[in-house]
Amino acid sequence: MPTLTFSPKDRYNAFITTLNEAGTGPGKLSGIGIAVKDNISTSGIPTTCASRILEGYIPPFDAHVVTLLKKAGAGIVGKTNMDEFGMGTTTENSAFGPTKNPADPSRVPGGSSGGSAAAIAAGMVRMALGTDTGGSIRCPAAFCGIVGHKPTYGRVSRYGLIAYANSLEQIGPMARTVSDISLLMEILTAYDPRDSTSINCPYAHTPDPDVHGLKIGVPEEYFGEGVDPRVASVVWEGISLLERKGAEIITCRMPSMAYALAAYYVTCTSEASSNLARFDGVRYGHPADTKLQWHESFQDRRRNGFGTEVKRRIMLGTFALSSGYYGKYYAKAQAARQQVRTDFLRLFRSVDVIAGPTMPTVAFRLGEKTDPLPMYLSDILTVPANLAGIPAISVPCGTSEGLPVGLQIMGPHFRDERVIDVAYAYELGVAR
Amino acid sequence: MTETAGTTGQENRVMDFSDDEVIIGLEIHCQLDTLTKLFCGCSTDYRDDGPNTHVCPICLGLPGSLPRVNRKAIEYALRVAKALNCTIIEESEFARKNYFYPDLNKGFQITQYDRPLAVRGYLDIEGDDGEKRVRITRVHVEEDPGRLVHKGGADRAKYTLVDYNRAGIPLIEIVTEPDIRSPKEARKFLNKLRATLEYLGVFDSEKEGSLRVDANISIQPKGWFTREGKGKADRGRAEVKNISSYKGVEKALTFEVTRQKNALRRGQRLGTETRHFVETRGITTSSRSKEMEQDYRYFPEPDLRPLQVCSWAEEIVLPELPDARRARFLTQYGCSPIHARTLTGDLRVAEFYEHIATIDPVLAATWVADTLLGELNYRDMGVSRVSPESFRELIVLVKEGSVTDKGGVEVLRSLLDQIKESGSCETPGECVGRLGLRVLERTGETGADDDPVAKAAREVIAEQPQAVADFHAGKKEAFNFLVGQVMKKTRGRAKPADVNQVLSGILGKEG
Repeated sequence: MPTLTFSPKDRYNAFITTLNEAGTGPGKLSGIGIAVKDNISTSGIPTTCASRILEGYIPPFDAHVVTLLKKAGAGIVGKTNMDEFGMGTTTENSAFGPTKNPADPSRVPGGSSGGSAAAIAAGMVRMALGTDTGGSIRCPAAFCGIVGHKPTYGRVSRYGLIAYANSLEQIGPMARTVSDISLLMEILTAYDPRDSTSINCPYAHTPDPDVHGLKIGVPEEYFGEGVDPRVASVVWEGISLLERKGAEIITCRMPSMAYALAAYYVTCTSEASSNLARFDGVRYGHPADTKLQWHESFQDRRRNGFGTEVKRRIMLGTFALSSGYYGKYYAKAQAARQQVRTDFLRLFRSVDVIAGPTMPTVAFRLGEKTDPLPMYLSDILTVPANLAGIPAISVPCGTSEGLPVGLQIMGPHFRDERVIDVAYAYELGVAR
Repeated sequence: MTETAGTTGQENRVMDFSDDEVIIGLEIHCQLDTLTKLFCGCSTDYRDDGPNTHVCPICLGLPGSLPRVNRKAIEYALRVAKALNCTIIEESEFARKNYFYPDLNKGFQITQYDRPLAVRGYLDIEGDDGEKRVRITRVHVEEDPGRLVHKGGADRAKYTLVDYNRAGIPLIEIVTEPDIRSPKEARKFLNKLRATLEYLGVFDSEKEGSLRVDANISIQPKGWFTREGKGKADRGRAEVKNISSYKGVEKALTFEVTRQKNALRRGQRLGTETRHFVETRGITTSSRSKEMEQDYRYFPEPDLRPLQVCSWAEEIVLPELPDARRARFLTQYGCSPIHARTLTGDLRVAEFYEHIATIDPVLAATWVADTLLGELNYRDMGVSRVSPESFRELIVLVKEGSVTDKGGVEVLRSLLDQIKESGSCETPGECVGRLGLRVLERTGETGADDDPVAKAAREVIAEQPQAVADFHAGKKEAFNFLVGQVMKKTRGRAKPADVNQVLSGILGKEG
């Protein structure tokens, strides 16, 4: 098997693990080195989720997507840094230190797939895998000036993805160009019966930049309160470019946006509180202290193994699911989630895609956001797609204050091809 | 009840238990006998294998693994739901039950919560006062956790090991309404349930840990559960957890009835309590550590889609169940009602019986239901240890008169002892020969010198002059005594009819 050598200078702390040599083979991705976010299981390669609690854990199996990449001839060159278990918007919540933004090393790369985005933006790899629970692919793509796509929920198998919030998250491609996103989608969508929530809907598509007659919905809420006017105007320019290429712009409203963020945080923390219960030191990671009673040992392992943000979210989720509060929080969140879905379905009866900014601001300074709540608020434009399960892409659309801005395009369920086409049209339009 | 002088009516009511009722509801967990586990392809047959040899990323709960429902397990559960006359829920779902325990691989158990597979069924049983219907609240599917191994015993072990071979074994939980009125009835319910599950081919009662029961028991004033009794005070109840044998259930509940009655008699308030059954001592003890109400934080399992299986249920054709088989045994074989019930109460016994019923259905029924089961029970053996062919040969020997009933029993005992000892046994014919139990054939007319029965009869008459005198004095019992003596002398080898004939012949002549 031919090998690929990889010995990069990791100036931005994009990687947790790098592999100097990676096997490659024939196939659509032959000879291409690909970085994989460190919450995706890789057989024989440590997979940490950027958490101390998984230190020393080496999965005995490959995630379905990793198997597919290898089958397509790609070489896995390393595991990228991230917010611990995907919980964050900056890649600062990592047990391995923050990743820096190659566009401006004093800034965060966005998160939680910040390592993957930085590795691409710095030219270390051509493409990478990220995961997106509430914007974790699109946010770092926007902040670092690359392309990132969150596929329709169920289009890519989650087998081997270490779960944060199962009902929201998808593995997706990150790359410098839309064509590479499209290429990766062809590989990643091969069906996997091991994920009961996945659907057999392969992606076999070549991007088509023709947007004549395409109806683009622009919700007012995506340019409302909290969105930096400078970012808003850059994104409007981007949308106007599509209009000049023949698309029709239709402004619309998404009232459910008012509940989206709350619904998102209740759902993801609830699921996380349960998903992360398995990290108890019995089967992997640092072994339990056998001198302690089992429950003391569990507490000890979890107190020392998890970072602050992870513990915060476990507690929030535990609370939201508690008897007496379930109805007030979890059940309400599911109702709100249904409203978001309904809003999108309604909009997609009259428009083909929905466009807006990916993030309300440009990349924050490292250490700028210390209060969790303002940090959570910055996810407001990305979480609706996860709540509804629809495909959403972020494509670079210029800069504000010299920092990259992302244009987000969302489409109906299983119309990943369409949002990729629109992103491609934009990319080509800018290039000309 | 009479009023005792000096007590007020109030106190007297507290003391009066004549009108009480024992109220029992059961929660039964059974292993479904599938080849593979509920959410992965690991084999369930780990009996003779080392710990943690039947595991994979899924049943170990490794991060990134995802469950996938075993269709067979759902089909098995649907068979049970159908046999228990339940309504299948159009869209049921799996839920996570969150709690920490070292045997729990994921920190949660995948089970069903507010949308179980099936609800509202019933099972008819032979209750304390005849045929009775026990209502089933719900039937749902869940996974078993792993198993803790305390090296050197739970109290003395320095550390505990975990074996995940059992993790992910499919279970069904069957919950009854509080319709059971005595420990004995609870046992009968379980026997009927076990038989039903075995007839359905979904359950192997001989597997270790295949059945676990939680029992809710309380003693309430009669009618407490009916509308009229609603105003009366709840006297409290106990939930006895994790009883792992059929006999254990009856024992634990019997203990509880006594304990609760004594407590009430002393005027104690019982409250609601979780108790643990100590099998070795036959008692229940309060499990104080678990008194704190656990909050399991149930929510729908996001990794699995809801189950829509009504159409699967419609396709299921149930096999003949115990009641139907019992009815058939009555008509087809002419069994007595008691025999029919006994023979159909256990699938293996029913099949064993049908193997040999053709020789002589009624004779075979007596031999299986009365003799064989008794002898097996005495030796703590299952019917599957006995070869039906061998037993058939024994019945043939009895039927053709080569061995008497009594001799047959002796042969059976010897054969069972051999099986228990070595796993195999000689043929009944060989055994009859070895023990010298072949029936004494009459070799001549009554009184002939070389006839063995006549010889024995003459000896007895010579030895028992008093009995002979009594007989001649008109005492009929004396004759029976003499018959018994002859039987004894021939070690049961003489046919009773022959003995009768010979004895009355000789005594008649003398008289």
